[in-house]
Amino acid sequence: MKLSIDDLHKAFESRVRLGIMSALAVNDALDFTSLRDFLNVTDGNLATHIKKLEKEEFIGVEKSFVDNKPNTTYYMTDEGRKAFEEHLKVLEKIIKSQK
Amino acid sequence: MKRERDYIQDIAEIRSMMERSSKFLSLSGWAGIMAGIYALAGAYIASVVYDFSPDRITYSVSLPAGLSEIILLALGVLILAIGTAVFLSYSKAHKRGEQVWNTTSRRMIIHMSVPLAAGGIFMIILLSKSLIGLLAPTSLVFYGLALYNAGNFTYPEIKYLGIIQIGLGLISCYFIEYSLMLWALGFGVVHIVYGIVMHFKYER
Repeated sequence: MKLSIDDLHKAFESRVRLGIMSALAVNDALDFTSLRDFLNVTDGNLATHIKKLEKEEFIGVEKSFVDNKPNTTYYMTDEGRKAFEEHLKVLEKIIKSQK
Repeated sequence: MKRERDYIQDIAEIRSMMERSSKFLSLSGWAGIMAGIYALAGAYIASVVYDFSPDRITYSVSLPAGLSEIILLALGVLILAIGTAVFLSYSKAHKRGEQVWNTTSRRMIIHMSVPLAAGGIFMIILLSKSLIGLLAPTSLVFYGLALYNAGNFTYPEIKYLGIIQIGLGLISCYFIEYSLMLWALGFGVVHIVYGIVMHFKYER
């Protein structure tokens, strides 16, 4: 079987973006600080990657107020879940085919 | 083009992130062992020094002598055990480069605190009605429920620990005369065994 590396979605090339998607895959929603602490990245770095995933419409943003402080949480969209699962399948196939 | 190693690395990263972001994994086996030792010491002091041995469920107008010492002793054991667990979790999280107080630990604590608070209030009510014999069994049952709940948010083994504590608690409700012994077995011996298992399974 011929596997094309093109099947791997460009959005998941970065480990940080892959990490964001993994964390959101098992959590209903996470706020910015939690994501940053799990990934161990800087605010700016995380914001950039989040913006990219947002643009792909893989993640959604929900802004609310907690104790009068703005609180932003992120969640995975249906489209994002589909793309992420697709990505995992391709990864699996590539590894199997190289063994 | 990425090489095979990179893809394997990707998968490893995904797995680890899914686990870390959904489960609190900084619980230390040593915390279980230490909590068990405190509990055994507490039970020993209660039975030998204060001669605490409820043998049946009785209403009594006056509370037995030395009861306030027993309650203080129990609270002391509780504070020591929680303190040790927090300290050891903190240092384990620190070693893993994580924070203890994160989304996962918060979630676990919230889900534990409901059965624990209910149990605590229930025990205060029992105490106010002088039903001393039911205190130790009740603490086992509600602690077990809290652990069973916490099992969804940390190592799955915690669930089994919870079920064992609930079982011991129910048995000791029936055999009140053995309740202190069963309490020592549950909070002491079972904790120590659990701590040793977890230590060898996950920390070596």
